[in-house]
Amino acid sequence: MSLKSVATSFYTLLAVVIALAWAFPVYWMLNSSLLPNSTLQSLTPTFLPFGGSLDNFTSVFKHNDGSFFTALGISLTVTLSTVAIVLFIAFLGALAISRFRFKGRKSFILALLLIQMLPAEGMFIAQYKMMSSVGMLNNVIGLTVLYTAAVVPFTIWMLRGFVAGVPAELEEAAMVDGLSRTQAFLRITFPLLAPGLVASGVYAFLQAWNEFTVALVLMDGENQTLPLWLRGFVQSSATRETDWGMVMAASTLVAVPVIIFFLLVQSKMSSGLVGGAVKG
Amino acid sequence: MSTNAPAPPQARQRVETPAAQLKTPRKKRTWVAPVLLILPSIVVLMAALGYPIGWQFITSFKKFGLLQQFGAAPEWVGFANYIALLQDPYLWVVLGRSLLFCLICAFSTVAIGGGLAMLMKRVGTAARLILQIAMLLAWSMPVVATMTVWIWLVDWRRGVLNWVLDKFGADSIGHNWLASPVTFFAIAVVIVVWMSVPFVALSIYAGLTQVSAEVLEAAEMDGATGWQRTRLIVMPLIAPVLSIVLLLQLIWDLRVFTQIKLLQEAGGTASETNMLGTYIYQLGVGSGDFGTASAVSILMLIITVAISWYYVRSLMKEEN
Repeated sequence: MSLKSVATSFYTLLAVVIALAWAFPVYWMLNSSLLPNSTLQSLTPTFLPFGGSLDNFTSVFKHNDGSFFTALGISLTVTLSTVAIVLFIAFLGALAISRFRFKGRKSFILALLLIQMLPAEGMFIAQYKMMSSVGMLNNVIGLTVLYTAAVVPFTIWMLRGFVAGVPAELEEAAMVDGLSRTQAFLRITFPLLAPGLVASGVYAFLQAWNEFTVALVLMDGENQTLPLWLRGFVQSSATRETDWGMVMAASTLVAVPVIIFFLLVQSKMSSGLVGGAVKG
Repeated sequence: MSTNAPAPPQARQRVETPAAQLKTPRKKRTWVAPVLLILPSIVVLMAALGYPIGWQFITSFKKFGLLQQFGAAPEWVGFANYIALLQDPYLWVVLGRSLLFCLICAFSTVAIGGGLAMLMKRVGTAARLILQIAMLLAWSMPVVATMTVWIWLVDWRRGVLNWVLDKFGADSIGHNWLASPVTFFAIAVVIVVWMSVPFVALSIYAGLTQVSAEVLEAAEMDGATGWQRTRLIVMPLIAPVLSIVLLLQLIWDLRVFTQIKLLQEAGGTASETNMLGTYIYQLGVGSGDFGTASAVSILMLIITVAISWYYVRSLMKEEN
């Protein structure tokens, strides 16, 4: 065996070992969610869910009269509204800064960059006060507005890379052929932007679905998004000996839909993130 | 997506010259369309952020005490909150802790991420896919679910970590990692790095795939060693990606909140483990001291802008 192939097999082995180690927490969540609490109470961990069951999941669904489904409904409403509004607004904004030169363009871009640096944790008291003064505390619409504003700047930044990637010459050629500027854009450029819209939509989805801080401050009582619900679930379980099987089943229910969704669209997502972020 | 996109000056030429020639009468109206296009974003941003930023700024000059909790109007105290804060040793402890945590996390994340990206470049397709999927799993986990699993992994009685260490003879069963600040932060660093490395590794890998193989071959034929090729060709080409991911990590790790808050709830002592985010939360939501909480958030904003200023300036220069 040559030196080079020894090195290659070493690197391959290294990559696989690191991959397994990295994925271990995710595996451990799934594994624990399938095991009964009596098994998890043992001092020796069980590494394979042989003889496991879906009982933990059934218990989670029944917990507090199905509060999981209430939270799921709220999370879906907030997330999907945020994605729809963000895509519409950010698309227009990205179009403006990549296809037009106008007064105030630079200030707008600077504002987008600076907003991404605002510490959300430094603003939640003010946002709480604001929402309380307009009577939108504990309100899905209020939460959607705040999520939209938090996600829009980066989404514009990302989409701008995609719009810039479609050569304006294509539109100009169509305009020479007699289309108006709007027509040329809608018929030629817009279809080419589909991957960019998907990538930005996924980004917005993940941000809104996983958001914790703003929801923690703004929402109350029964009105919980899934991350809040999960935290409450863990806390209620921790008062006794923690029922790790149920807690892991609950975490799995919050995480797995996102993981599957993410794996399906990831190739567009990562190229979009890099492209949008690195492009001038 | 390629990173060598047309530079903005070319874009300007492209849009203005031919379009203006085609539709001369439109020229007058060119500012109307873009302004209408950015109007919705401005409205949303102003509604959600404009008022809070203003409120935060003004409130940082007001004093909130017990009386205010019963409805009295807060008193205007000028810079008193800031002065009190800057003289409070605890703020410096929290600030130092936050900065140290942020630097350790951000630099380890970029170093490990860069290493993994180079590993992905070296290995065959199968091994690379396995590594990429593991990265994506970690990346897409919602943060609250991530924290729950990690707290279970380090659970003092039945966590796998203690069991494994015990197998290696460390007699660690029953050791509570979250009780002491040093191990609390060690765990926090591991978790934050675990969740941030995937984004960095995949971004740098995407950057590495843009480095053309022909150039590297040519350099090899000219006699450049492996290290020279890395340092003189690969590094400069991926430098923009490296600097942007490092900057993003610095900003994100400085404002880390959810991870610390949930670890505190799982057994950390708040006063010994507070960082800027949890400190603001404790001051404002916990004690109703909105004035001081606002002053801390303004300080945090200043620090963040200071860290990113160089980057923002260089990006804005490109816009010219």
